[in-house]
Amino acid sequence: MSAPVRPAHADAPWASALLAGAALLVAIVMLALPLAAVFAEALRRGLPVAIDAIMEEDALAAIRLTLIIAAITVPMNLMGGVAAAWAVAKCEFPGKRLLVTLIELPFSVSPVIAGLIFVLIFGAKGWLGPWLQAHDIQVIFAVPGLVLATVFVTFPFVARTVIPLMQEQGRDEEEAAATLGASGPQTFWRVTLPNVKWALLSGVLLCNARAMGEFGAVSVVSGHIRGETNTMPLHVEILYNEYQFAGAFAVAALLALLGLVTLAAKTLLEHAAGRGAGGAA
Amino acid sequence: MACGRPSRVAPVPGLGLTLGLTLAWVGLVVVIPLAALAIKPWELGVAGVAQSLAEPRVLSALAVSFGAALAASIINLPLGLLLAWALVRLDFPGRRVLDSVIDLPFALPTAVAGIALTALFAPNGWLGVPLMAAFGWQIAYTRAGIAVALMFVGLPFIVRTVEPVLRDMGKDAEEAAATLGAIRPQTLGRVVLPTLAPALLTGFGLACARAVGEYGSVIFIAGNLPMATEIAPLLIVIRLEQFDYAGAAAVGLAMLCLSFTILLGLNLLQRLVRRGRR
Repeated sequence: MSAPVRPAHADAPWASALLAGAALLVAIVMLALPLAAVFAEALRRGLPVAIDAIMEEDALAAIRLTLIIAAITVPMNLMGGVAAAWAVAKCEFPGKRLLVTLIELPFSVSPVIAGLIFVLIFGAKGWLGPWLQAHDIQVIFAVPGLVLATVFVTFPFVARTVIPLMQEQGRDEEEAAATLGASGPQTFWRVTLPNVKWALLSGVLLCNARAMGEFGAVSVVSGHIRGETNTMPLHVEILYNEYQFAGAFAVAALLALLGLVTLAAKTLLEHAAGRGAGGAA
Repeated sequence: MACGRPSRVAPVPGLGLTLGLTLAWVGLVVVIPLAALAIKPWELGVAGVAQSLAEPRVLSALAVSFGAALAASIINLPLGLLLAWALVRLDFPGRRVLDSVIDLPFALPTAVAGIALTALFAPNGWLGVPLMAAFGWQIAYTRAGIAVALMFVGLPFIVRTVEPVLRDMGKDAEEAAATLGAIRPQTLGRVVLPTLAPALLTGFGLACARAVGEYGSVIFIAGNLPMATEIAPLLIVIRLEQFDYAGAAAVGLAMLCLSFTILLGLNLLQRLVRRGRR
């Protein structure tokens, strides 16, 4: 008896099984294990110890600061991103490709450089340093610097997720709305926004996750003042370097949860967007 | 100035406002700060910049950063291809979970990834113990540890650039090759891989660019020994702490220039690959 006929372009079942097994192994070792390690280390000395580490005063201050920075950064980049997406996707103007390159540039710049550039401008020995000192304004080693560095690092997320979708949808609907006498804002709120809402939300989520989790850029501009300019990721570093591993991993676990929630929400949004597109078609 | 096609249809409004906002935003947040990076080092003069970059510690840090980034991205190429293949072509339990897990390095804050990988690969960690016992490998606090961290952050870039191309490719060409008598390895080597090569190169470039500048996930596992496991971004931080702004900016500018050279080279290579296929 010969085996059932298999198309010549298909892989043997054993080969497929082997590949699937190898893929799962890679994913488990490289991706799942590090995540598991965070929670295992956080709970090594029991849940109460982990909770105590999070409820401790400096940790709470770090959580508060991280939330404040995200609350300032995300709306700013939402507005900038939507404006950029509208201009790039719905309008024609010379230099568009250059503008898109500039929008995406922060992604290819090291986070440390992202912090560095703001120190060069606002630092004590930077371009505006003496002027700022004379007027008693603190940017670096203070919240404004943290916000600036975070804005730079998370700048592309919203624009990048929305631009491709807006371009794909073209501008027929907007032109129709304009022909029918809709004003610009009306067109945006009633026509464009509903069409891109899922992508927009997904971009905001990613922007938020990065804003809360950013380390390199804020590390450079923070000055690491406990209770004042310490964000959650920086607090993790301080605890870790002080060999307070349980505390470090407890705060890290909180950040990891944020990442997991973001991933789950993004997956759900992609499903919602897929269904929306299917329904419209 | 209004945008849209000149005749008949009403233009889509809002170019002036949105473009103005965008330009102001991009200018303030991206262009002016990066201009500072391009200008600042030259306070030292050309000779000063050269001297500042020629320090053995700087050269070593640049070599470590770029070497580890290249090594990690090269190792990631087959792993990323495998994962993309599994996602597109295979059907097995857990495929959907796998699809979500791939993006984990994008969503996990880098500092968290850093201490997690260090805990895993430390001499007493879950993976550190067996690797030491079986092969005598110490990963944490060595250059291998740096590469491992960079593999973690770079993997999704390769998977996510190869995946859509693999999906679009379909099976027609493979079926045709099989019909014409090609055995499976021939089909994979002459039909599948060449089609995926540009995407693989793009993913490689993205992973590399990200890895070169990576900081948070690396500094915990690196050991940070000058001349051995010190990465270039850390050197920037150290110079800033010494208020050597121009020296820090020089290292940053050198990193950016090297990255763009690599991306440019990959771009050329990609064109060659594409032309070779026509």
